[in-house]
Order: sequence, then C-alpha cells, then structure tokens
Amino acid sequence: MTSVLRVEHLSYSYPGAERPAVRDLSLEISAGELVVLAGASGSGKSTLLRAASGLVPHFYGGEIAGRVTVAGMDTREHGPGELAFAVGTLFQDPETQVVMGTVRAELAFPLENRGESGSAVARGVEETALALGISHLLDRSTSELSGGELQRVALGAALAGRPALVVLDEPTSQLDPVAGDELISLLRRCNEDADTTIVLAEHRLERCLSAADRVIALVDGEIACDADPADFLRWAALGAPELQTPGARLLAGAGLPAAVGVKPARAALRERGLLPDPRAAGSAPAQGEDRRRGRPRRVTRPLRGRERSAEPALALARVWHELPRGPAILRDASLVLMAGEHVALMGRNGAGKSTLLRHAAGLMRPTRGKVQSAGRVALLLQNPTDYLVHETVAAEASVHSLAAVGLSSAAFAGRNPRDLSGGERQRLALAIVLDDPDGPPAVVCLDEPTRGMDRGRKGELAELLAEMPAAVLVATHDPEFVAAFADRVVLLADGAPIADGPAADVLAGGTYFATETARILGGAGGALRPEEGVALIAGSLQTEAVTAR
Amino acid sequence: MSYRRLASPLHAARAGAGCAYCLALACAALLAEHPIMLAAVTLAIAGAGCAAGVGRELRRAALFAIPLAVMIVLVNAFVSRDGLTVLLRLGQLPVLGHTDITLEATAYGAILGLRAVALILCGALYTAAVDPDEVLRLFRRVSFRSALTATLATRMVPVLVRDARRLADAQRCRPGKPPSRLALMRAASSGVLDRALDVAAALEVRGYGSAHRPPRARRPYSRHDVAFAAAAAAIVMLSVGARATGAAPFHAYPSLYSPAGSGVLAIAAALLACALAPFADRRGIG
Repeated sequence: MTSVLRVEHLSYSYPGAERPAVRDLSLEISAGELVVLAGASGSGKSTLLRAASGLVPHFYGGEIAGRVTVAGMDTREHGPGELAFAVGTLFQDPETQVVMGTVRAELAFPLENRGESGSAVARGVEETALALGISHLLDRSTSELSGGELQRVALGAALAGRPALVVLDEPTSQLDPVAGDELISLLRRCNEDADTTIVLAEHRLERCLSAADRVIALVDGEIACDADPADFLRWAALGAPELQTPGARLLAGAGLPAAVGVKPARAALRERGLLPDPRAAGSAPAQGEDRRRGRPRRVTRPLRGRERSAEPALALARVWHELPRGPAILRDASLVLMAGEHVALMGRNGAGKSTLLRHAAGLMRPTRGKVQSAGRVALLLQNPTDYLVHETVAAEASVHSLAAVGLSSAAFAGRNPRDLSGGERQRLALAIVLDDPDGPPAVVCLDEPTRGMDRGRKGELAELLAEMPAAVLVATHDPEFVAAFADRVVLLADGAPIADGPAADVLAGGTYFATETARILGGAGGALRPEEGVALIAGSLQTEAVTAR
Repeated sequence: MSYRRLASPLHAARAGAGCAYCLALACAALLAEHPIMLAAVTLAIAGAGCAAGVGRELRRAALFAIPLAVMIVLVNAFVSRDGLTVLLRLGQLPVLGHTDITLEATAYGAILGLRAVALILCGALYTAAVDPDEVLRLFRRVSFRSALTATLATRMVPVLVRDARRLADAQRCRPGKPPSRLALMRAASSGVLDRALDVAAALEVRGYGSAHRPPRARRPYSRHDVAFAAAAAAIVMLSVGARATGAAPFHAYPSLYSPAGSGVLAIAAALLACALAPFADRRGIG
C-alpha cells in the first residue's frame, strides 16, 4: 500500500525543554487508514501530529532529528504552507482555528491559498459543505456559530482541499457527546468515501476505537503499542490500564477478552449468558423482589463518607436569563443542592450549563427568579489559565489551599504557574478559588474541568472532588467522569432541567448521556462504572444459581 | 461591532459596490463645507444605516462620535483667534493667553465636529454592512498579506473581547484581595500572545505561508451592485460639482457666510435622494 505518512527515527525537543517530546519514533501510515493515537497527556501525541503538519519544527522551532515524509514531501524541506496541500489539520480549540468572517470564506480560504480557479473554489466549498452537512451555515457569520458548528466548519476547512492526510488533535474535547459522536462519524465517512487517511489523537478512546483501523499508543514519547483496536485493548489491559476503555475493563472483570465497541461487547456477554436483564434499569426494587423475578440486584452508590445535610447549600428558584434582544438562556430553571451533595450538570453545548453556574456564583443576575446560597460559592471556569496572574505558584494561593488540592508546597511553590501541566494548572486554579481566609466555600462549582484531560488525571480530579465536604456542582460532557464523582445528575436542555435524579437513573437509561458500561449493559441495574457492571454480572450469576436450586 | 449578513440591499451588493458607496459618502463629508450639505451627508449616512438594518451599530458609534464632536467645537472655540463676532470675552487665561470666544470659531468648530461625526458613522456603516471577507478577496490580489492582516485584526477583536471578559470573570471568582493591575496586565498580554500564536498556527496549516495569487472571481452584477455603484458615482459627482462650481458657498472667517439658497437646498436634497435611492428596491436581498 502507498505510504502517506512515514516517520523515521524522529526525536524532537521544544525550545528550552529539558527532555525530548518524542524519541526515536518510527512508523508508517498507509493511504486510507484511520489511526487513533492514544496516550496520556505529554506522551507526544500532539508533537507527532505537529510534525506531520510541518509545524514541528518550522513553526515551533526546537531540535529535531530523523525524517518525516508526508505524501512524498520531506518536512525538513517543505514548511506547513506547502504541506497544507497534502495535510489537513484540526486542533482542539475551534475558536482559534477559524480565521475568516463567514463559513463560505472559511471553506474557500485553503483553496484560494492553493491558487485554485474561481469555479474550483466554488465547487470545493459546495462539496465540502454538503459532505459535512453544513450547507445551511454557508452564509452565516463564524462569530455566531456554536462550538460544535465551529468545529465542523474547521474540519471542513481542513478537508476542503481534499488532502491525502488529515490529522486531528483531540477535536471532540470541547464538544458535547452528541456533537462528538457526529464528528467521529463524519471522519469515518470521509475515510470510507474519499479514502482520506486520518490520524486522530483522543483521550476518550471509547468514543473512537470502533471507527479505527489501527491504534498507536505513545508512552513518554515512544511507541509502546501499534496494533489493531482489539490487540491494543489486550495490550492496554497489561501494559497501560489507564488507556483501557470502560467496556474493556467491564469485560476483563467478567473474565472475557476485550471487544471493541458497545455492540461486540454486548454480544460477548450475551454469548456467555452474562448480559443482565435491561428491564432492571427502572427504579430501585427491593432486594427480595429482585430475587423473585430473577433480575440482577441494583447497584447502590455510597456517599463516600460525606454527610449530606438537610440544609440547602444552594437554591435556584425559577431563574430566567433573557438576553436583551436575544433568546432566553435559562428558562424557569430551579435547582436545589443540599450541603455535601455532589451533582453533575449535563446537556448539549448551549443548553445553559455555564450560565447556570455563573448565576450560582453571582457572576450574573437573573432577569427573573432568585438565587440563594448558604455561603460563598466558589466557581472554577473552563479555562484555568485565566486565574493565573502571578509569577509563582506560592503567590497564587496559600500553602494550606495548595495542599488541599494535592500540590505540595515544596515541589510547586517556586514554579511559574504558566509552566505547569494542564492538570496541575487545573488544580492550582481550584486552590485559588477555594483559598478564602473567611473559611471554605459552601458550594464549589466547576465548568467543564476535564477538557483535554487524560483518564488518569480525570480519576485524580474525581477523587479530589469526592473528598470535598462542600456541595459540588460540575458542568460536564463526560459521562464517565460523572459516574466517578456524582451522586445526582441534572440534565439541562434549552435552559431548563429536563431530568434530575440519582446518577444511575439519569445516566443508565440514555444513549448519548450514558457511560459505556451502561450502554453495554442496556442500563441494567443502573450500573455506570465497569466495577459496578462486574458486580452486577456477579450478582446476576448468583441469582441464577439460587433460582436454579 | 462586526459584520453580520442581513437582508438589506447594501448587504446584498458586492463588497466593491459597498466599499465605493461608503467611500463616496466619506468623500462627500470631506468635501462639504456648507452646514446644510454636511447635514445632508450625515442624514444620508444615518438613513442608509437604518435602511440597512444596522441602525443600532450606528447609534453605538454615535455615542462615541458626539462627545468627540463637542470636544472639537470647544477646542476650536477656545484656540481659534479668528472671527469678528465676539460672544464671550474671557480675558487672559493660563496657557491660552488672551481668549475671546467668537461666533465664527464656534460655528467652524461645529462644522468640523459634524464632519467627524459623519466620518465615524460612515466607518461604522462600512464595518457593519460590507463583508470583510469579500473586501479581503478584492484587495488580496494587490497586497495579499496586508489585506489578510487587516481582516484578521477585525476578526480578532471579538475574540479578544471575549477573552477579556473571561479573564475579568475569573478574577471576580478569586476570593480575597484582587490582584494588582500590573499582574492583570501581564496575564492579559500573555493571553493575547497565546491567542496570536494559535491563530498563526491555524493560518500556517491552511496554506497561508505558500499563498498563491488568488483567482479573479467572476460574478454577474446584481441590481444592487449597479444601484450602489451608480449612487456612489452620483454622490461623488454632486459633491465635487458643488465644490468646484461654488454652488454651496461657505466661509467662517472673518465673518460667517452661509447662504441657504434654493441651489444649496436642491443639491443637498439630490445628494440625500441619491444616497437612499438604492434602498428602495428590496428584491433579491435575502
């Protein structure tokens, strides 16, 4: 097969970096492959993609050794501008990738840069818009688009020139589950229809593995695994458990080999008679009742040592937020958080999650309705870097507050906040909002805290939140993270809660706002995490044994 | 303030025609001396803004322009030593010396102020109603990089405004003593540089670095293209004609001379009619 991307012994260090981002990396990607790059943050995924698009080293500088060839062009001799003929690139943040005022101009921009004729540009724009389902947006201003729409437009600009290779760096990290799944489907369709080679770096592997032909896992800048998705999951079970998908962990717990995707995992469980009855997904029945009906026991989720009080920590009563000459962002939204309660706020992009958090923290005033809290409401907004204004970590927050978020003063106090990794910045920003001489806050709100985080860091954050005595309200798109920390889930749509209940009830029954475990088990027993699923399967087997006796 | 495609004849016209129209109005504002002519031009710009559905944007621009105009009137009244009709004798003032406020200097300041208002409104009309992407396409054939830089600067304004708002919100979330202005300035500058770097990377991967001379786009002339181009030509001819023939005579010094004859009124009415006529035809504007 024709090689589209060939990397030979690539080593690269960013300017001023102490150690190389990638080391002696060699790989070859053939035409028409859809490759997923897996690995923890800082493992070298983004650097490899930047090397493929020529940004490394032409744009970032640094020291490079080895050779990268894209569609026959050596990146040492051809810069990103020339490579753009062969490589389409999509980054994480759609906001900074869109450079023109209208969608039509944005799609035309790369074609015009190539010197295509007017008719070729017009045809390319129309075809790309049709392929991505954005023809209705063509004459819209890019400043009016939602995050999902903007990311589609940026993908369109990357695909417009029909490049042989498209590289994408966590393109779904800022999208809601629906928009994220749509984007992955679009990529698969482009790959199948146009034979476009796709290299996609992602943290939420459960979302994209079933679409992949091959997975390359990077650990500390080196290739640790290069295999098809099923073999990758087998490798991850032993070599890198943090890269395992929840479905693979569920199957491993049930003593089965890993399967890629929800359908094959469900089939594997069904084949061995281990798939619990999905009818057990309703409200929690009594244990005896379960046994009588032969259904699996419902999973109960403890409060992890926290005490929930009868006093509300935060109460939003019939809150409206209506924009002047614009739509209503919140419509009669009511929400009560008891002290010690941990609640996840979910919903599509634009559902009103961030606005609700801002009202809770007093950054906005409702146009109608009332917000009351039992004390200070700490709010951590989406971008932790916005909180960092001092030269050292020690100047940002007190030693006590830093210790509370797991940043030891000895290791971090003298460092510049902007030199910290993404996860460390997140913790520091959390330390800043929690650091009040008048006492701890009554409520802690976090807006999309897991954007771009790998599974390990998400786990650490979930543990940190679980230990917090305050009421916690987190707006997030990540159902796996919700399953790890939340007692209760509120689903928001068009500015109003449409579902509000225990995490197991809200997350187990859905498709988009459901964990992979819940989707595999069809919502049975309200199991959301792999461990809960394994317990459910074990309970189900015991029940069957009792019934048989 | 930024461009948004609306259903109006000016938005429906090609950027070339839109540019010419706004440029013609700006020329008229610069050439007009007679207060009636200048008022007609200002009225024409405001009317065009309302007819194009960007009246709010023009109002916002006027909130900035009017205080500026008042300042110009005051400065001219205090600084100018010309004019025979003394309104106020202020005697010796520090820095300014002997100061008399004259009717002529005040009136001329008002003319300058009104001209500034007209020019600012004209700029607002251009920003809100002429597609910057099309303008870029027009000018990039001449100087691609300059045109792109100008367009990107326009595009970055709302992005940076949003960033600033985010930064301010984050600082409001900090408990305790707020950080110093210097620390905030440093953080804001660093954020702007990060943004600029991201946008530069995006431009590189879209092929900007190897940009070829773009193709000439051929598009049939619509009724609105023709109407606005014709209006622009008519406005320029009326303004140049009035100035060249002295049909709208005006001088402020040494004493005010500003006859409001039928000729002046006719030219002002014609200018207003020419500027607003293209908005009468609203076919095919969606």
